[in-house]
Amino acid sequence: MQSQMIKTSSSRPLVAAVCMLAILLPLFVSDFRSFQVTQILVYAIAVLGLNLLTGYNGQISLGHGAFFALGAYVAAILMDKAGVPYWATIPVVAAVCFVVGFIFGLPALRLAGHYLALATFSLALATPQLLKHPALEKWTGGVQGIFLSKPQPPFGLAMSQDRWLYWFVLLHVVVLFVCAANLLRGPVGRAIRAIRDQPLAAETAGIDNSRFKTTVFGISAMYTGIAGALSAIVLQFVSPDSFTMFLSIYFLVGVVVGGVGSIWGAFLGAAFILIVPNLSSEVSKSATGMLYAMVLLLLIWRMPNGLWSGVLWMWRAATRRPA
Amino acid sequence: MDQLLHQVVNGLATGAIYAVIALALVMNFNSTGHINFAQGEMAMFSTYVAWTLIAMGMPYGVAFLVTVAISFVGGMLLERFVLHRFRNAPLLSVVVVFIALFLGFNAVAGWIWGPVLKDFPSPVSSYKTGTSLVGAHELFVGAVAGAMLLLLYGFFRFTTLGLKMRAVACNPTSSRLVGIRVSWTLALGWGLAASIGAVAGMLIAPLTFLDPHMMTGILLYAFAAALLGGVDSPPGAVIGGLVVGVAENLLGAYVVGAELKMSVALVIVVLVLVYRPQGILGRVTVRRV
Amino acid sequence: MSASQQTAHPAALLDARGLRAYYGDAPALHGVDLRIEVGGKVALLGANGAGKTTMLRAICGLIRTQGEIAFAGQEIRGFATEDIVRLGIAHVPEGRGTFAELTVEENLRLGGIIHSDKARTRQDIDRFLRYFPRLKERIRQQAGTLSGGEQQMLAISRALMLRPRLMLLDEPSFGLAPLMVLEIFQILKRINEEERVSLLIVEQNARLALELADHGYLLETGRIVLHGSSAELKANEEVQRAYLGYSGSKARRPESTPG
Repeated sequence: MQSQMIKTSSSRPLVAAVCMLAILLPLFVSDFRSFQVTQILVYAIAVLGLNLLTGYNGQISLGHGAFFALGAYVAAILMDKAGVPYWATIPVVAAVCFVVGFIFGLPALRLAGHYLALATFSLALATPQLLKHPALEKWTGGVQGIFLSKPQPPFGLAMSQDRWLYWFVLLHVVVLFVCAANLLRGPVGRAIRAIRDQPLAAETAGIDNSRFKTTVFGISAMYTGIAGALSAIVLQFVSPDSFTMFLSIYFLVGVVVGGVGSIWGAFLGAAFILIVPNLSSEVSKSATGMLYAMVLLLLIWRMPNGLWSGVLWMWRAATRRPA
Repeated sequence: MDQLLHQVVNGLATGAIYAVIALALVMNFNSTGHINFAQGEMAMFSTYVAWTLIAMGMPYGVAFLVTVAISFVGGMLLERFVLHRFRNAPLLSVVVVFIALFLGFNAVAGWIWGPVLKDFPSPVSSYKTGTSLVGAHELFVGAVAGAMLLLLYGFFRFTTLGLKMRAVACNPTSSRLVGIRVSWTLALGWGLAASIGAVAGMLIAPLTFLDPHMMTGILLYAFAAALLGGVDSPPGAVIGGLVVGVAENLLGAYVVGAELKMSVALVIVVLVLVYRPQGILGRVTVRRV
Repeated sequence: MSASQQTAHPAALLDARGLRAYYGDAPALHGVDLRIEVGGKVALLGANGAGKTTMLRAICGLIRTQGEIAFAGQEIRGFATEDIVRLGIAHVPEGRGTFAELTVEENLRLGGIIHSDKARTRQDIDRFLRYFPRLKERIRQQAGTLSGGEQQMLAISRALMLRPRLMLLDEPSFGLAPLMVLEIFQILKRINEEERVSLLIVEQNARLALELADHGYLLETGRIVLHGSSAELKANEEVQRAYLGYSGSKARRPESTPG
C-alpha cells in the first residue's frame, strides 16, 4: 500500500529528488557522515529483511542478529582466509544465508506464534557463544574476531574509501529494496500477507503455506545476511560480541519504529536504532535502553503501524490541502 | 567417579535455579497465555532491590521477604498499567511489549546501580557441609526451591484463590460467567510470577555476581526447562529445570565443552518445540464433543 | 407483526428495552424489547445468525450494548459481566463453557465461587447433583473427558451453584442425542419449579422450546418480529411454516434446521 502511494504520479518528483539526494549525498558531507549514513543503509537492509518475515508474513523472529552474524562472518572469512575480493562475497553470503534461513524455516513451520519467538530468541542468546567456540577458532578468530582491510575504490577512481563504500552499499540498497517492493506488490506479496492474516483461508485458496513460509524465511535471512556482510566490509571487523541478542532486539525495534509491514519505514527504523544511541550515550549508557523501551511501548500503544505511517499520513494531509 | 557425582550434584543445584525461573514462566503462561521474555530481567531487577536493602543494613531474611513482597506488588502494577492495555492486541504487539520491558529493566538497572559487578551474599556462606561434594549454598538453593514448589502446589490445589487462577487459565470467559474478577486474577498471576523470579534471582546472584546481564544466559536455560517440562506444568518446570541443569553440567564437562553449554539449551529448546511441544508433563486435554 | 406493547409490570424479573448490541462497530441487535416474569420460562427462537446468542451475551455484558436492561428493578446495562453474574444471572453459554482441564467437583465449586460460605457450597453440590445422578459418579473426573450430555448437565448444575434467579441457556440441546435432550428439558422444567429459577432459553428446536416455555420471542436479523404466549406462537401460521416444520404454503423464510 505504501509502495503504491510512493509510486503515484503526484509523488514522483519527490521520489526522484530523494534518489538524487541519496546518490549525491557523499559529495556534500564529510567522510565520517558518509560512513554514518552507510551504516544506516546497512541496518535498513537488515530491518527490511526482518520485516519481510515478521511484518509481512507474521513469523515473529527475535533472533535475526544470528543471520546478520552469519553473513558478516561468511564474508569476513572469505576475504580473510580465501582472499576473495569484498564485492564477490555478497552473492556467496546471499546463497548461504538463504539456504540456512530456509532450513531454519522448516522446523519453524511447526512453531506457532510464541514458540517461534522463543526459539529465535534462544538462537540470539546462544549466537555469541557459538561464534567463540574453539572448534571454529581457526576460521572465526575466536573471541578476537577478524580484522579486515578497507576496500579501495575500483578502477583507480580518485575518491575516498568511505565515499566509495557509501555508493557500494547504496547500490545494494536500491537493488534489494526495489526487489522487495516488486515482490510484495504482486500476487506473491498478497499470498505472503494472506498467510499472516488468514492462514486457513490462504491454504484453501490454494496457497502452499509451508513452501511460502520457508521461502520467506530464506529470503528474510538472505536480506539480513547481506546486511551483515556489508557491515563487515564497512566496519572491517567482526567479533562475537557485536552479535549479542541485543542486536536482534534492535532490529525488532527498527521494524516497530519504521512500521510493521512497511518497506520504506525500514530507513526510518534503521536511522532510529543508530542515531538514538549516538545522541543518548552522551547522557548515559543506560539512556538508550530506556528510550528504546519507552518508544516501543508508546508506539505499540498509540501508533502500532509505526512512525512511517505517521509520516505518510502527514504527507497525504499536506498534498491534499491545495486541491 | 567422584568427579562425575560432583558434576551431577552441581547440575542439580543450578538446575533448581532454572526450575524456579521456569516456574515463574509457567505461572505467567498459565495466567495470561504468554511467554514473558522479560522474566529474567525482572528477576535481576528484584535481586538489585534485595542487594540495596541488604546494603542498607537489613538482615538477609527480612530483605528476602521484603523483596518478594515488593516484586509481587511490582508485578501486579506492571500487569494493571502496562500489559492490561494489550490484552486483546495481536501477538506481535505483546511480544514487542515484553521486549520493551526487557530493555527497560536492563537499562534502568544499569542506570541506578551501574555496570560494576556486585557481590551478593548467601545466608549460608559461613556454614560448611563437611563434604566437598556439595556446598552449603547449593543445599540452600535446593531447600528453597523445594519449599517453593510445595507452597505453590498447596496454593493451587487447596485454596480458593488457586482454584480461581486455574479456572482463568483454563477458560477466561467462563470464569467471568461464574463471577471471577478475571483482570485481578491476571494481575495476581503476574505478581506471583514476579515474586518467584525474585527468589530465583536471589538464589543465583551469590553464584554469578550481580550485574544487569546476569540473567540473559540463565533465561535461555529456563526456557529450555519450562519447555522440556511442559510450558503449562509447574511440576514439569521443576523436573525440566533439574534435567537441564544436570545435562548442561555433564555435557559441558565431558562432551561439548564449556563453550557450547548454551547451545545445549538451544538444541533442547528447538528439539522439544519441534518434536514434543507439550513437553514431558504438559497436559494434553482429552476433549470429547 | 405485533410490536412490543407491554405495559410495565411490577413482577418483571428482566426487562430489556430498545436493546442494541454491537460486534465491533457492526450492530447485531436493533432495539430489542424482551421481558421475563419472575418464575417465567421464555424461549428465544430464530434462525442461525438472527441474534439469539448475541441477546444472551448482551444481557451478561459480554459485548457492547445500548438501551436499557432492568434486572429485578435495577438497571444493569453497562455493568461488568462479573457484577451482573453476582446479581443472580447465570449463563450457560453455547458450547457449554466447562473448565475442561478441571474436575467435575472443581467446576461445581467454581460455580458457587461468589458465595463465601464453603459449608453451604458443599451442601449445594449435593443438592444440585440430585438432578444429575450421573455426574455424581464422575465427580473426580476431568470435565473434558465427559460426554456431551454430561457436559451439558455439568454446565447447568454449575450455573445452579450460583443460586441464580435467572438462568440463560444457549442451545442446551446442541449436539445431543434426542433422549438426552428430552431428559435435560425435563430437568430444566423441574429446576424452574423446584428452585424457582426463571429461564431464558435459546433454541433452534422451536417445538421443544415452546413445549417448555410459557412465552416465546421470535428474532429475525436482530429484531423481535413476533412474541406472545407459547400457545399463541404454536398456533401462528408463520411460526408453524418457518419454525415448526408445517408445510402449509410455500415458505418464504429460510428453513430452520431442527436441532
